[in-house]
Amino acid sequence: MAVIAEPVAKPISRSQFILDRREVLETILVAPAILYVLLLVGLPLLLAVYYSLSAYTIYNPTWKFVGLVNFEEILQNPTFIDTLLNTFVFTFGSQLLGLVLGKFGAFLLLQPFPGRKIVRALIILPFAVPVALATIAWQWMFDSLYSVINWTMIAAGILTREEAPNWLGNPYLAMLCIVIINAWRFFPFAIVIFLAGITAVPQDVIDAATVDGAGFWRRNYQIILPMILPIMAIGLIFGIVFTFTDLSIVFLLTMGGPGGATSVLGFAGFQTGIVSGDVSHGAAISLFMLPVLLVVVIFMLRFIRRREI
Amino acid sequence: MSHTVVRTLRQTGFFLGVAFFVILAAFPFYWMVITAFKQNSDLYDVTNIPFWFNEAPTLEHIKYLFEETLFARWLLNSLIIGVCVTAITLVTAVPAGYSLARMTSRKGEALGIMIFLTYLVPPTLLFLPLSRIIAELGLQNSMWSLVLVYPTFTIPFCSWLLMGFFKALPVEIEEAAIVDGCSLFGAFIRMAIPLSVPAILTVVIFTFTLTLQEFVYALTFVSSSDQKPITLGVSTDLIRGDVFFWGEIMAGALIAAIPVAIAYNLFLDRFIAGITGGAVK
Repeated sequence: MAVIAEPVAKPISRSQFILDRREVLETILVAPAILYVLLLVGLPLLLAVYYSLSAYTIYNPTWKFVGLVNFEEILQNPTFIDTLLNTFVFTFGSQLLGLVLGKFGAFLLLQPFPGRKIVRALIILPFAVPVALATIAWQWMFDSLYSVINWTMIAAGILTREEAPNWLGNPYLAMLCIVIINAWRFFPFAIVIFLAGITAVPQDVIDAATVDGAGFWRRNYQIILPMILPIMAIGLIFGIVFTFTDLSIVFLLTMGGPGGATSVLGFAGFQTGIVSGDVSHGAAISLFMLPVLLVVVIFMLRFIRRREI
Repeated sequence: MSHTVVRTLRQTGFFLGVAFFVILAAFPFYWMVITAFKQNSDLYDVTNIPFWFNEAPTLEHIKYLFEETLFARWLLNSLIIGVCVTAITLVTAVPAGYSLARMTSRKGEALGIMIFLTYLVPPTLLFLPLSRIIAELGLQNSMWSLVLVYPTFTIPFCSWLLMGFFKALPVEIEEAAIVDGCSLFGAFIRMAIPLSVPAILTVVIFTFTLTLQEFVYALTFVSSSDQKPITLGVSTDLIRGDVFFWGEIMAGALIAAIPVAIAYNLFLDRFIAGITGGAVK
């Protein structure tokens, strides 16, 4: 990068001299953002760790250090293990479904056809709209009595009214519902990520491979896929992080039910830490997210470093 | 002959595929629209065909929303929160993005990565300590707590987005300004900022839509109805006990969702660029 020659030292005011020093100015410009983030992300993160190691509740706000007792107690609770498992099923189920839908959708949207712009705009909707609002629209679609999905199946003769499922009342169906909603929310993002990656692959690389005799699948999986892997990885990281830690879909759709079947980490942390006021246990539950997030972050860092070499 | 048949079949399959995706993506919104304008008697009659209006459409749900609920207040709250958060974000993220883009040292790179990683820290990990901090500040149950907290995710996102933009802006333009007698800071203010107006506009739109979409912090920090932003109000306050006012809920969701959906559609490519941070190149 070009280094700007310092202007010939003119003895002007002192403040101007400081503002003309590149490193000083850079620090001053970046400081407010860094401070904001340190104070309201870094500090709370440390605080969360400390809460999880203390006996802090809303009713008895002591800072007494109790070590890993909270974690032990949580792990002894059998419903917590279910919550942990639910979180993984929810995350990886919906990411897998979202990726498959995303791959097919991108494949279709790659071809030019009349009305593609409108189709693209419509397909983006689930990702654009606030997830809380979309979730309540789905809740209405899964309504035990007025479900449009059931109505359609009954009208098509697949089911009778007696057989119509109570989507949110059955543990397995409720889990399926939250997986579907989350996959539905993320597949447009996956489509766009795929499209962005594929259009960035230079056409001459593909042409060269074709000339060398690579067929459709070979081109797809040995040329294009490795080249769009970086952008896919970032998309997937966001998908995993946002899903693994989300509570809004569960909170609005099932309240963790029926019988804890759809309780996930974020929701359990909220229920314990905020609703019940047991801050230390809530923090400990939330911190179970940290190992997964750390793995993702380490992967990310290695990835960034490798790209720069 | 058989060639044309294969082609027609292939085309039919293609458009069926496209139709599947459009229906999958857009049906819930169609459902919002049709519910929002249906009369209750039509809505709750299971013998009626649910996909269209069996009785005349009505505006009563929207009227109820504005006259009998705090919907207008929630809209106003969201607007106030959005404007304040956008202001805070602009004042911090524009200089930060510029500075990160121009830093040549290792420190700049480290700071850039740190900013990027910040938006992987989820609200569900922070809401407990933040709720204590907010209580200490006396902001509990007030929408101002959201004004304080939302920049924690808008600043990293926007700094990262602007960093990419400023990197693409030739440094020679500022150098020329300095040769002409501008200070380094003056070159930033007079050259870099005016040239980045399109990027700043993008940042404004994203900050605003991100604050509209947020749910977890709003749910945790705000419980008084009159302090709620629109997303939280619609999804939690229109339910009285066990009774869901579906017409009103869907009308509210629709009104809140339309601006965000339009903004995202217009700026989607920038959003993806912001999230992937140039991973494509």
